[in-house]
Amino acid sequence: MSFRLGVDVGGTFTDLLLVNEQSGETYTAKVPSTPEDSSIGVSNGIDRVCGDAGVDPGDITHVMHGTTVATNTILTGTGANVGLVTTKGYRQVLQIARSFVPGGLGGWVIYNKSLPLAPLALTVEADERVGADGAVVHELNVAALEAELGKLAGRGVEALTVSLINSFANPSHEQQVREVAERVLPGVPVSLSSEVVPEMQEYERTITTVANSYVRPKVSTYVRNLQAQLDETMSGVQLHVLRSDGGLASAEAAEAYPVNLLMSGPAGGVSGAIWIAGQADHNNLLTFDMGGTSTDVALVQDGQAQLRRETTVGDVTVRASSVDVRTVGAGGGSIAHVPELTGALRVGPQSAGADPGPAAYARGGEEPTVTDANVVLGYLPAEVRLGGDMKLDRGAAEAAVQKIADALGLSLMEAASGIVSLVNENMYGALRLVSVEQGHDPREFALIAFGGAGPLHANALGKLMSSWPVIIPPGPGVLCAYGDATTRVRNEASRTFIRRFSRTNAEEAAEIFADLAAQASAALDEEGIPREDQTLSYQADIRYHGQGLLLTVDFEVEDLSSKGLDVIGGRFDSMHEQLFTFALPEDKELVNLRAVAEGKPTVVRALQVEDGDASPAAAEMLAHEIYVGGGMQEAMLYDRSRLKAGNVIAGPAIVLEMDSTTLILPDHEGKVDAYGNILITPSNS
Amino acid sequence: MPAQIVESSPRPFNRVELDPITLDIIENAMLNARWEMDAVLFRTAMSPGIREQHDEFPMIANLEGKMVVGQFGSFIHGFKEAYDGTIEEGDMFLTTDPYACNGAVSHANDWLLLRPIFKDGRLIAYASMFGHMTDIGGKVPGSLPTDARQIFEEGIRVPPTKIYKDDELQEDVLRLILHNCRLPHWNRSDFNAIVAAIRTAEKRVLEMAERFGDDVYYSALEELLDRNKRAMGTLINMTVPETKQYFEDYICDDGLGMGPYRIKCAMWREGEKVIFDFEGTDPQSISSVNFYLNEEMFKMFAGVYMIMVFDPQIMFNDGFYDLMDVRIPEGTLLKPRFPAALSCRTHALGRIFDILGGLLGQGNPDFLCAAGFSDSPHFMYSGYRRADGEWYQLYQIGFGGIPGKPFGDGPDGHSLWPSFTNVPNEFLESYFPLRIDVYETLTDSGGPGLHRGGNALRVGYRFLEPGEISIHDDRWLTYPWGVNGGLPGQRSRKILHRTDGSEELLQSKCDRIRVEPGDLLYFDTWGGGGWGDPLKRPAEQVGFDVAAGLVSADGARRYGVVCDEDGEVDESATEKLRTDMAAERGDTLLFDFGGTTDELKARCEEETGLPAPAAPVFQNWFGSAA
Repeated sequence: MSFRLGVDVGGTFTDLLLVNEQSGETYTAKVPSTPEDSSIGVSNGIDRVCGDAGVDPGDITHVMHGTTVATNTILTGTGANVGLVTTKGYRQVLQIARSFVPGGLGGWVIYNKSLPLAPLALTVEADERVGADGAVVHELNVAALEAELGKLAGRGVEALTVSLINSFANPSHEQQVREVAERVLPGVPVSLSSEVVPEMQEYERTITTVANSYVRPKVSTYVRNLQAQLDETMSGVQLHVLRSDGGLASAEAAEAYPVNLLMSGPAGGVSGAIWIAGQADHNNLLTFDMGGTSTDVALVQDGQAQLRRETTVGDVTVRASSVDVRTVGAGGGSIAHVPELTGALRVGPQSAGADPGPAAYARGGEEPTVTDANVVLGYLPAEVRLGGDMKLDRGAAEAAVQKIADALGLSLMEAASGIVSLVNENMYGALRLVSVEQGHDPREFALIAFGGAGPLHANALGKLMSSWPVIIPPGPGVLCAYGDATTRVRNEASRTFIRRFSRTNAEEAAEIFADLAAQASAALDEEGIPREDQTLSYQADIRYHGQGLLLTVDFEVEDLSSKGLDVIGGRFDSMHEQLFTFALPEDKELVNLRAVAEGKPTVVRALQVEDGDASPAAAEMLAHEIYVGGGMQEAMLYDRSRLKAGNVIAGPAIVLEMDSTTLILPDHEGKVDAYGNILITPSNS
Repeated sequence: MPAQIVESSPRPFNRVELDPITLDIIENAMLNARWEMDAVLFRTAMSPGIREQHDEFPMIANLEGKMVVGQFGSFIHGFKEAYDGTIEEGDMFLTTDPYACNGAVSHANDWLLLRPIFKDGRLIAYASMFGHMTDIGGKVPGSLPTDARQIFEEGIRVPPTKIYKDDELQEDVLRLILHNCRLPHWNRSDFNAIVAAIRTAEKRVLEMAERFGDDVYYSALEELLDRNKRAMGTLINMTVPETKQYFEDYICDDGLGMGPYRIKCAMWREGEKVIFDFEGTDPQSISSVNFYLNEEMFKMFAGVYMIMVFDPQIMFNDGFYDLMDVRIPEGTLLKPRFPAALSCRTHALGRIFDILGGLLGQGNPDFLCAAGFSDSPHFMYSGYRRADGEWYQLYQIGFGGIPGKPFGDGPDGHSLWPSFTNVPNEFLESYFPLRIDVYETLTDSGGPGLHRGGNALRVGYRFLEPGEISIHDDRWLTYPWGVNGGLPGQRSRKILHRTDGSEELLQSKCDRIRVEPGDLLYFDTWGGGGWGDPLKRPAEQVGFDVAAGLVSADGARRYGVVCDEDGEVDESATEKLRTDMAAERGDTLLFDFGGTTDELKARCEEETGLPAPAAPVFQNWFGSAA
């Protein structure tokens, strides 16, 4: 028998999901996370889940893992000391960036720019030049480069990045620089922009390659340690890491191109949501992952997450495919305040973070947060606790929210409800961004909520969006582990190839696609995935000649030979029309071509809950007062672990589980399905 | 006659009581709609000026035409006063003539579209947006002729015109306009993009009114304007003194060899009102550097500046307009009489921000910013490719040093203008016959200060086809000044290296300079002024900048810092140098202009290599007093 294991390391809990590869049977475990060295928590979890399931860890062949190591390295500024080689005249490419000052008219007055990821003091120039057409304008001056690189010796450079102008069109000079660097700076790993992201736009290509070098040592150490630890109990096990685009990378690929992991965490959630909602036959989804400091939303159509060609972490935006997750800087910890001059209520962008956290956590926080408002309103009951969740101090929450009430001349409850409404409005804006603003009608999508705070706010957002049902899967952590365990190995290869349709043809494009496909497959070959288990798909980024935007069009490569470039062009026209209400009679232009290779999906059977009847009485805990719809109402508290399939919970009601709390509003009801999901809909529907 | 609004079902809106939460929610939703307008435009426009550099400005206004969200404030009041016709459901107006819209747009390259939004037969809001077209015909490519004497030389002008009637595009009119432009297909796409952005705003407005109710939506917009007025009232009271403050700054020249031109403004408070008076500003120029300044737009500039400096939490809109009185004498550089040429107004427009900073800051030195990159210099390159005779035409905006400011250093080679971004050089090289040999900021060009001014940007354009270039820049004679002890930034310069090895120093403003393949132009912009005493900047920070190559070891001495080329600071030598410099210098200056204009002119040729401009001659060819 062979097993695969999905592991999600969260801030509080580490969740594991063990899958029997033959039967699809699953087992879960939840253990406390160990932030100082997360591999300890992982190890504890493995012991637990294998113990519970009676499985020998040696039978586990694959471990799938989503990680936030790369993201945190950037957010905390703890990456490597990266050296950079640019073309002569471009040393300040990261310092200048795109010359953009955020904040609108006058925004410069308060804008302080952060330092580049590769310090200028460690950036040197190569005297060389390649033209936009790939022709060498002048050869690399090797002697001058040796002298320049020599200056970096002894300066603590841990990784070197080479990003030369127009290297997307001809990488030969970057390759030469690497040879020189390996001679002058032996032992320093070198990465080339033409290998990491061979696409046009010098700043974007450079920052992406530098970010890759910047996070690589941390990610590499983490992956190796984890692999070593796994090897102790499961020899020969294959470790896979979840990529930002929702695919899996081998441990080796994750180490080499960690820039592809920046959204690994959120991608795990989205993948898990897709899988679990798919069990309930919902394949058009808005995902809503609300945590303490931020909220991620994404749109899933026909079981596929929308992808985009860039990833943003903090103020770093790189060219790497990621699940199109939009993040708003608002979550349970967001602080409400009333600026003196306007007297307006604002929620965020400041957050109480994990420390001191909301006032209700009684760890010294005094500022009113969204969580405090939820406590005041009774949505987070202070008097009942389940397992590992936090003790809540209702008095402290009330004192904090009272400050807002005083500033606005409202009652305590009105103020608390205002804070919740306003934060919901922020989330609503984010959800619109991925739906309405992309031409999708949210009424055709279900809303799936997870993250610590998602299930509390989801019903209200379902109302705003008219997205039904609102799906609350059991256990937000397990959800991510499902995501980790059920995604496929994936690799992509891309290349910039800028040609107007009128100046190229399908044969020329097909030839490049064939090359890219071979590259994309090679990594899967190395994993030992036989070709017959690999699926190849193809994409082109195109636009009307002269436009700045790029839309990514998927197509079947066979159609290219039979129908020509119109296969791509026709799809582009209709996407453009859907997004912007018009198509143009202009010549179209290919920009980036891409091939994606994927392995086979794993068969996984979701855990099922016991069948019951419509009455959830067996799970009732106690009646409890909440403030909703402008007045106090009685709401029943339910213990989620005692709910059975078929139970129907009438709102207002609150469902408690160890790491999340669900609010069902008046005039709504929550039905429990076979997999333990709660599906909330308006009562009369 | 003012415009007549035609409603099929005119009923007054009721101002209803609003809870504060609904109000904040509507404010959020309005802001989302405004950002969405930008997103739609950027993604669908074609000219690099709009889609990459973001030279465009959106707005959503209430039914009276007051801006609730946007950038530059509303012109709709002036438009309605000037437009002799009806405003009806299904209309979309296009205008490009500054004289016909009271300066809502200040040169004819800016195409402004305005859409009245109707719901159930009554006017409920307006949406509008304008963007800079790369070319609108006229005597030079790019349509910004420095030497134009009349607006007729600056390309096609469109008076307020219903480009959509009853939601039907007036194709003949559009075709007539495009027929006059060198790059009609860019103009058409950019026009389409602006229309799409405005339609998006309309959709959002209607959704909001539907969601909250028409009266609630109407009342919320009123209340948002009132809320802003209350906040700004407090702010004005706190920061503007009753005694008059004066400030003046200059446009270096007019492109015809004359200058500098003075812009002067007085500011004081009378009760709750602040008055800005431009008495003493030079008469209008005979060239195209005039800036038709709309009073309402100036109010927005002033308001936004105050908000950003003093309290960035305030959302800005038109609500505070009654609290400001702006007086601009007719016939001056800032209110030229028709048909004065206007195309090169960018320098005076930018300089307005330095004036505002100087005016508002002198009473509040802690909040004073130095002079910064108050311009958007233009570079244009056009011609026919030798191989196939295809016409190419590039219009680019330059970047430079953001000033030192109370909150920190000015970024190097950035933009003062909202949402502007540079065009990737690899993109330029793929689409235009040139190579960018150098793209870097100039060491030591930022003004030294406790907070350093940002460095100027150098772009080295290597031309690959024969063609012509135009340059529009300024601050080559006057300095980007420093404040609170900070020193001025470095001035701008343009040098053309010919393939025969010769060098030509070009004027800051010039048109139709012939270039040949292989010629190299160094387009150097200017640095931001420094903020605060450079002798107090932590020495290790100066050392850091030296190691980064942003400041040289020599340049570090202007901070009183002694260090080597790697930025290694000699602490005792630094301490001694700083003591000596402080003693020699005495008190620091509130403003450091680098000299009076007379002194600058006297040293001009020696320092800049260009002859000093002659005193302006103010020609008054239409008979009335200037």
